[in-house]
Amino acid sequence: MTGPARAELSSSLEHLLAGYAIASVVGIGIGALLWSLRYLRDATSPYLYFLYVLPAPVLVPAALTLFGIGFTMKVVLIAFAALWPTLLNTLDGMRGVDQVKLDTSRVLGVSPLGSVFRVVLPAAAPQIVAGLRNSLQVAIILMVVSEWEASTDGIGYYIVNAQQSFDYVGMWSGIIVLAIIGTVANLLFVIAENRVLHWHYGARAAEGTR
Amino acid sequence: MKVGDLKPDAESGQEVTPVVSLRHVRKVYTSPVRSGGHGGPKVALQDITFDVARGEFACVVGPSGAGKTTLLRTLAGLAQPTSGEALFEGAPLRSVPPGIGVVFQDYGRSLYPWLTVARNVDLPLRVRRVPRAERAQRVAEVLGSVGLADAGRSYPWQLSGGMQQRVAIARSLAYRPDLLLMDEPFASVDAQTRFELEDLILRIRQEFGVTVVFVTHDIDEAVYLADRVVAISKSPGVVTEIVDITLGRPRDQITTKADQAFAHYREHLLGLVMNR
Repeated sequence: MTGPARAELSSSLEHLLAGYAIASVVGIGIGALLWSLRYLRDATSPYLYFLYVLPAPVLVPAALTLFGIGFTMKVVLIAFAALWPTLLNTLDGMRGVDQVKLDTSRVLGVSPLGSVFRVVLPAAAPQIVAGLRNSLQVAIILMVVSEWEASTDGIGYYIVNAQQSFDYVGMWSGIIVLAIIGTVANLLFVIAENRVLHWHYGARAAEGTR
Repeated sequence: MKVGDLKPDAESGQEVTPVVSLRHVRKVYTSPVRSGGHGGPKVALQDITFDVARGEFACVVGPSGAGKTTLLRTLAGLAQPTSGEALFEGAPLRSVPPGIGVVFQDYGRSLYPWLTVARNVDLPLRVRRVPRAERAQRVAEVLGSVGLADAGRSYPWQLSGGMQQRVAIARSLAYRPDLLLMDEPFASVDAQTRFELEDLILRIRQEFGVTVVFVTHDIDEAVYLADRVVAISKSPGVVTEIVDITLGRPRDQITTKADQAFAHYREHLLGLVMNR
């Protein structure tokens, strides 16, 4: 039953992976940049939060106009929408790093740039990862939504097309496939998170027993 | 002899620069005015003047709020005095010089939880581009000195409080600083562990020949550890007295503390700190 739906998967997943990868790298990169340049941060801060709360599906028509239909439009849309949770959480996470850790870093002789990579980013990692998880959810939503308007393939297109052709079995099977993607994506995320943040959960658990 | 003069070295008789030299150091924080009008400048330190000679173990005591932590941060180069001079090895402190180690009170916040014990200790050596083989050796050595030879692979949060502070001490010694600053380092551990750590730091001072400035609110600890105790007061933040401790070395938790002289020093300093 889910056969035809699953066939549409590969193009959707391609868009998802590309868009999410870009959002992650750019989000962390710009977040870190804004953290280091206080003037830039103060100047752009209101705009960042404005874009963060803007529901990205609203941008589909604009994206269509700018990029037409196809791969670029979808990837750009997914990346743009998924960017904000990661960016803002990176910024916040870095700002929230304990002063004692920063003082220690200075005393140990770590350079300002060195401490960004050796101290600030690792210390901010739990919050950055929370942002990445949020971004993943947004990316999945946009993956589907970007395929509703003027698309010729993908799981989102398949679901809408099935619904419009009164193929309700097809529609529901598409929805189920989507739910499975979401579950698997989150599972993979959690597995990766537990490896990368094992020290964080270990430290928290140890604190709890003191 | 005024404080601040070059002192004749005990052995050679030659005049040597003190490791640390503070002259009329004043530190004022300006806090934002809050509604209700309690803002304005806060004088953390009014006029602090003292020296620390090479190899000396100096303790700084004072009541809460006396600016002891501010003083330590100034000594480390983490904070700049508002006026007055803070010299390290004769040169003014503009930033944190490479020859200083600091052990903070809160080891839980100072040690990096994403690194193992060995990598924490290794970090200052990596930053100084010490080659890998030598790094491994120095890490092993310094962990051995603090009694944690087998803890390298663990994470700091897997260890007890006392052990974590030992890691912090090891990390600060890995690059052989000339001056070790300690900010109430044993305040967050239990009494028994505190005695062990006190004896540890005395051994470390012997073994590494490092100059130590040790801030504490615990008078007993200060008298037990120090060659000299610097008592500072609150409002104004000035040095009230510098007391030479002539109890013999090596010190012992039981016999030294049973000594009459120990009680005299204790009484005297407690009186100064409690303002009586």
